[in-house]
Amino acid sequence: MRRYAKLLAVQIRASILVALQYRWDFLLEGGISLVLTATALTPLVVVFGQRATVAGWSFGEALVVTGFFTMLGGVLEGAVNPSLAAVVEHIRKGTLDLVLLKPADAQFLVSTQRFLPWRLTSVLVAFAIFAYGFHRIGRAPSVGDVGLALVLFLSAVVVLYSLWIMVVSAAFYVVRIDNLTYLFSSIFDAARWPASIFRGVLSFVFTFVIPLALLTTYPAQALLGRLSGATFAGAIAGAGVFAFVGRRVWLRSLARYTSAGG
Amino acid sequence: MSLRSTGRALPTLVRIGLAEAVAYRGEMLVWMLSTTMPLVMLALFSAVARDGPIGGFGQADLAAYFLATFVVRQFTSAWAAWEINYEVRTGSLAMRLLRPLSPVACWAVENLAAMPLRLVVVIPVAAIALVTVGATPFAHGWGNAALFVLSLAGAWLLTFLVHVAIGTLSLWLEQSLKVLDVWFAGYLVLSGYLVPVAFFPPALRETMRWLPFRYQIGLPVEILLGEHGRAETLSLLGVQFAWIAVAAIATAAIWRRGLRRFAAYGG
Repeated sequence: MRRYAKLLAVQIRASILVALQYRWDFLLEGGISLVLTATALTPLVVVFGQRATVAGWSFGEALVVTGFFTMLGGVLEGAVNPSLAAVVEHIRKGTLDLVLLKPADAQFLVSTQRFLPWRLTSVLVAFAIFAYGFHRIGRAPSVGDVGLALVLFLSAVVVLYSLWIMVVSAAFYVVRIDNLTYLFSSIFDAARWPASIFRGVLSFVFTFVIPLALLTTYPAQALLGRLSGATFAGAIAGAGVFAFVGRRVWLRSLARYTSAGG
Repeated sequence: MSLRSTGRALPTLVRIGLAEAVAYRGEMLVWMLSTTMPLVMLALFSAVARDGPIGGFGQADLAAYFLATFVVRQFTSAWAAWEINYEVRTGSLAMRLLRPLSPVACWAVENLAAMPLRLVVVIPVAAIALVTVGATPFAHGWGNAALFVLSLAGAWLLTFLVHVAIGTLSLWLEQSLKVLDVWFAGYLVLSGYLVPVAFFPPALRETMRWLPFRYQIGLPVEILLGEHGRAETLSLLGVQFAWIAVAAIATAAIWRRGLRRFAAYGG
């Protein structure tokens, strides 16, 4: 365990050193993040310009969901996407051999190989959104709720990561996968809305198949102090299931790896 | 790169494009699935409209609008920017430049040749629209249908030109996909793709009238649904084609200057 913590520190340090070489990217990423957030907020403003509440969510409360969406997007782009996109490249070129030869868990190594710290500027934007959302609601979240929300946010990261590792595992079967990742991000986009807005088939899909509720709605509900204990437990259990399945799928797919030339 | 040699190669280019589209049909399906955003927006706005119409749109109007948006999106898609970025980075653009054909024409034909296959997915959606909400392209007369086709062609052309212009920027920036992301963000919100133009406050609507985004998708949808009178439609079409002219001139300038900078790496 300590060895892995050390390894993680080394990998993160390497990424930070690379990032420091591209300092201007900080401004660029920050600017892009602001533009994207502004566009993401527009439909929200339009919808709540028509109605005071939608499916039981006020504007301020819906902003909290958007905040979590922005934050999770930053984590996805900064910590999850870059590494796993590199895995696809490894599989295609056969250079995954070099990773498999190293005396550490392959999933750990490939998942931590690359971080883009500047992308985390989205987290700052998210905090601004939270501040404005709670300003609209007219109160601050309690300390306990912040703790619960933090736990659920971490479980959301676990779910997101597990979904991603499953998508990447598909690369062992079909090599062309860049468009699958594109599909993934466009579906993730629906997570910017409170899940309870969706009805019927979409509601089923977004709860159980692609658990968008787990990703943004539950953490937001926790921060608002509206989450029941049962949902909390269910969310944690769900994250556990996703992590387990993700790991199994990765191991099974890895067994199929035959190395490409080299 | 004369116009005549390009014209002579046209049938072959179309055949290659069709064959490619069929060969990568799985990939195309995934691409099309990633354009289902209008359907999510439909679910969202239907939830909002459950207790009364919004912005003059009832449930059926919303369904018609977003199904039409989905269909129009399929026929106004371009992917030249990705293609150009890839070819510039790998240096394979050099191979294209060796041919006695304009690369821009090649990309355009490849793009257009994929359209027939997209019909396979679009027809069911259009059929659903037809049955559930009774939207047909001829509901507002044949003249309107003709204007719709014109604006649809214009929307594709504008999107394609923007793609070539942004893609060519990669000759200066090494990677211009970030620029495309920013453009796309503007497109998402200001074009009527995610939110109908009619829902915006008047001041913003006036701004959108003069920005290019709406002419990439919103206008054909609005004409199809007969949202405007004839005079307004014609005036909007005028703005659309003015933007196409601007985009064509800008693209030609960027392309010509960019090629001078092109150094085929590797190869």
